[in-house]
Amino acid sequence: MISSPDFRLPAAPGLSFKPEHFAQAVQAKTALFFEVHAENYMGAGGAPHAMLERLHAEHALSIHGVGLSIGGAGPLDPDHLKRLRGLLDRHQPESFSEHLAWSSHGADWLNDLLPLPYTDETLTTICAHIDQAQTALGRRLLLENPATYVTFADSTWPEADFLREIAHRTGCGLLLDVNNVFVSATNHRTDPRAYLAAFPLELVGEIHLAGHEAEALPDGPLLIDSHSRPVADPVWTLYAEVLARTGPLPSLVEWDNDVPGFDTLLAEAARAETLLTEARHAHAA
Amino acid sequence: MHTPPDHATTQARLHAALWSPQTPQGLGEAQALDRRFAVYRNNVQHGLSRALAARFPVIERLVGPDFFAATARVFAAQHPPQTPVLLDWGDSFPDFLATFPPAQSLPYLPDVARLEWLRGEAYHAADAARADPSALATVDPARLRLTLAPSVRAYAAQHPAVSLWHQNQPGARPAPLPKGPQYALIARTPGFAVTVDPLARDQHTILTNLLSGQPFARAATTDPTPLLALLIRHQLIAQIGETP
Repeated sequence: MISSPDFRLPAAPGLSFKPEHFAQAVQAKTALFFEVHAENYMGAGGAPHAMLERLHAEHALSIHGVGLSIGGAGPLDPDHLKRLRGLLDRHQPESFSEHLAWSSHGADWLNDLLPLPYTDETLTTICAHIDQAQTALGRRLLLENPATYVTFADSTWPEADFLREIAHRTGCGLLLDVNNVFVSATNHRTDPRAYLAAFPLELVGEIHLAGHEAEALPDGPLLIDSHSRPVADPVWTLYAEVLARTGPLPSLVEWDNDVPGFDTLLAEAARAETLLTEARHAHAA
Repeated sequence: MHTPPDHATTQARLHAALWSPQTPQGLGEAQALDRRFAVYRNNVQHGLSRALAARFPVIERLVGPDFFAATARVFAAQHPPQTPVLLDWGDSFPDFLATFPPAQSLPYLPDVARLEWLRGEAYHAADAARADPSALATVDPARLRLTLAPSVRAYAAQHPAVSLWHQNQPGARPAPLPKGPQYALIARTPGFAVTVDPLARDQHTILTNLLSGQPFARAATTDPTPLLALLIRHQLIAQIGETP
């Protein structure tokens, strides 16, 4: 696991925080951390900030940005960097992370994590954006691998190598979303284990796990990273294989659509904890 | 020799394809590229539609989910969010509804949408100190100046939108709608609930005067007791002061 004062999440399970689970989340006795999307907490005051402060008094907090558009060709939005800095200063989370994706075009915000070709040009642009963001935010960030449904004819870098090079050039850490690895590999008819074999696991500061939906294409499944279901069995298997190589890591179960009761989320966290305990024992031995 | 497009060109192609049925050029070879790219198109359009529905739940209830989704798609294409902070998106939705041809048979929709927008503003407004109302007794009434909490909004509607909104809350029952304009105080209570309290017209005038910064004696064009009682009950007076 990457070591830095900017990445202080515990090597324990974590859950997406939903306001409807506030009372149970605050009282949860299990070792847990919680993650929120930065942009949902950019109002001036009121319940969102009050809940986050109370939650953070009990549990470690990860703030996960979906708005920087690091993978875009244009410059980062300086106003959004200021909002992010204000949020991070206000809540002092144990980790901040963002995505290898773009989500704005000109002034328009598109509300999705859109894909990009992996080329020397985009590598240079992304590294400049991450340098700018880390300077403006006064901390290092974790960059997450995307779930993708298309590739680009002009890509010249494999994704795992591209992420490794970004991390080496900028000093950022990586957020390894195991569900995204499985979704992308399935969609592009490639081997998720080959991807993980090439992935720089020593730079990982957090794991993401989530559920996906499936559609059928003529040549096989099209998986959609929906965050609307329990984590799928093959994703749990890949996760256990990663932990066998890394030892325990902060491991978030994301669930953002069709959100179930808190007990269902706790059951997913317990499943992650079982695998984390095995990894702890294996690495202590 | 093939010269790859620069990244800005690639992005522009993808962006255009999100709002048209065409699949963009330059994607890697794969089966069913149109269905693969459609995932992104659906994510963008559906995601924005759900964000708008979260901000305007009574509008969605009044027009039904299918009409709402179709309306939201047109609104999102014409007025896309200009920042990643979606809680700030939708302030032009009430005016959009006022001129959106398919919504013209429901003339009260813009008023209800304005009410919902103000509720969202109140929910996210800055926190503020709460003044002790007993100080009202010690201040010279002629020089009294009230500073209200940042969440307080004065709401006025041509249509009976306050009644419509209340009747479309969970558990509420429909009742005959009154005719004519309606007024309300919208604000966040200390327990973080957003309240919509009907006001008489003269009390709405006083509230508007107070929010514009007028001293109390000038703002209170009629007996202000009903409004003051409401402000005290919800702890919405941030500061009780005197003009110099």
